Amino acid sequence: MSEVVKLFKTWSSAFALRVVWALQLKGIKYECVLEDISNKSDLLLQYNPVYKKVPVLLHNGRPISESLIILEYLDEIWKQNPLLPQDPHERAMARFWAKFGDEKVMPSIWTALVSEGKEQEVALAEASDHLQKLEDELRGKKFFAGDNIGYLDIALGWLTNLNRVFEEICSFKLVDGERFPLLSAWLEEFSDAPVIKDCWPPHDKLIHKYIALRQAYQEKSSST
Amino acid sequence: MAKVGEVKLIGAWPSPFVMRPRIALNLKGVEYEFLEEKFGGKSDLLLRSNPVHKKIPVLLHADRPICESLVIVQYIDKSWPSSGPSILPSDPYDRAIARFWAAYIDEKWFPSMSGIARAQGEEAKKAAIDQVAEGLSLLEDAFGKISKGKPFFGGDAIGFLDIALGCFIGWLRVTERTQGVKLLDEAKVPGLAKWAGRFCADGAVKGVMPETEKLAEFAKLIMGKFKAPPPQ
Repeated sequence: MSEVVKLFKTWSSAFALRVVWALQLKGIKYECVLEDISNKSDLLLQYNPVYKKVPVLLHNGRPISESLIILEYLDEIWKQNPLLPQDPHERAMARFWAKFGDEKVMPSIWTALVSEGKEQEVALAEASDHLQKLEDELRGKKFFAGDNIGYLDIALGWLTNLNRVFEEICSFKLVDGERFPLLSAWLEEFSDAPVIKDCWPPHDKLIHKYIALRQAYQEKSSST
Repeated sequence: MAKVGEVKLIGAWPSPFVMRPRIALNLKGVEYEFLEEKFGGKSDLLLRSNPVHKKIPVLLHADRPICESLVIVQYIDKSWPSSGPSILPSDPYDRAIARFWAAYIDEKWFPSMSGIARAQGEEAKKAAIDQVAEGLSLLEDAFGKISKGKPFFGGDAIGFLDIALGCFIGWLRVTERTQGVKLLDEAKVPGLAKWAGRFCADGAVKGVMPETEKLAEFAKLIMGKFKAPPPQ
C-alpha cells in the first residue's frame, strides 16, 4: 500500500525543519507543501484550525500538528532509524529535555536575539543558565541520543542555526566553546551530520529575516 | 507489580498536575508513597529530584526521578504495560490526537484558566472567562469526535486525554462558584458536562479529586496569602 505523506512547511520554520530531518533520516518519501505565512492556504487552515501553523503532516489524508507530536507519530509508524529510546526512563528524559528546550531555552534565546540593553542582558543570563543545563545533559556523548542522532537532537537542532544567526547579528558567540565545550562540539557534529547538513534554510535570507524581526521588536518596545 | 517503597510521588493534594500521575498509578493498580509537600515551601527532596523546574509532581521510581506530569503519565503507561488498560490509545494516529489536545490544554487552555484569577476588573474577568469557555467549546468538539459515543476520550475507560483535562474539574467547579458562572454548562458543552461527572465518579479518580468545598477553602487560603495588588 502506498503511503501518501505531505508536509506543510515554510522556508524558515525551525519546527517544520524537525519534521524534514525525521522524514529524511527515516527515508520516508514525502511531498512538500510550501506555505506563505502572510497568506496561509485554505488547506493549512483546514488541517490545523486550532493553531493555523506549520508544520502539519498529512498521512493518508489525516493531519497531525505540533512538531514534537509529529516526530513521535513518525517514529511509531516507521520503525527504521528509531528516534526515541526504547527504555521508558530514557524516553521520559528525552521528552522532558525537549519540552525544556521549547519552553525555556528557545524563548530566552529569541528574546536575547531581538532585544538590546538591559532586556538583552537579562535574557542572555537566563539563556546561559539554560544552556548550562543542556551542557550537563550531554555528559560527554556525541549526540544527546548517544552515538546517533535521535529525538532530542532533532528537538534541539534549532539551536545550531540560531547560534549562527546570533553570532552574525549580535557579533558575539552565544554558545562559546570555552563555557560550553560539549554543547559547542555537539553543534558542530549535528550541523555537519549527513541529512541534517543538506536541509538548512538559506543563510543570508535567514539573517535578513531576523534583522527585520529584531527591528520590528525594538520599534514596538520603544513605542510602548 | 512494584515492590513496596519502589514508587514515590512528590506532590500536593490540591494540584491538578499532581492528580494526573496519581490517577494513572491508580489505573495501573500501582501502590505508591505519596510524599506531600507543605504549602509555601519546597523540600530538599523536591529540589534534588527536580533541580531544573523545582516543581511538583515528581515521580520517583526506584529512586530515579521523572518530572512533568504528562511525561510521567506516559512513563507510567510504558512501565506497567500489562497492568490495567493502556492509558495512551493503541492506534498511533489516535495517540497523536490525544497528545495534541493534551498539549493544547497545557499550553493554551490552562493559562486562560489561571488568567481568570489574575484578571483585574470586570471587563478583564469577563474576557478571561470567555477565553476559557471558548477553549471548552473546542474541547467539546474534540470530545464528540474522539469518544465516538463512548463515555470517555479514551473510549470505555479513562485514558490520557481524560486525565489531561479531567484533573482540572475540581478547580473548574471552584471557579464556577467564586465567579458565579457556569463553565461546564450543560447547555453549551453537554458532552463535557456529563463526562465530568463520569470522570469524577471513576474508581481511579475518587480519592484523588478533592471535594469542591475543600478546594474552595484552600483557594480562599492562598488568595489571602497572595493577595493581588490593588488596581492603580
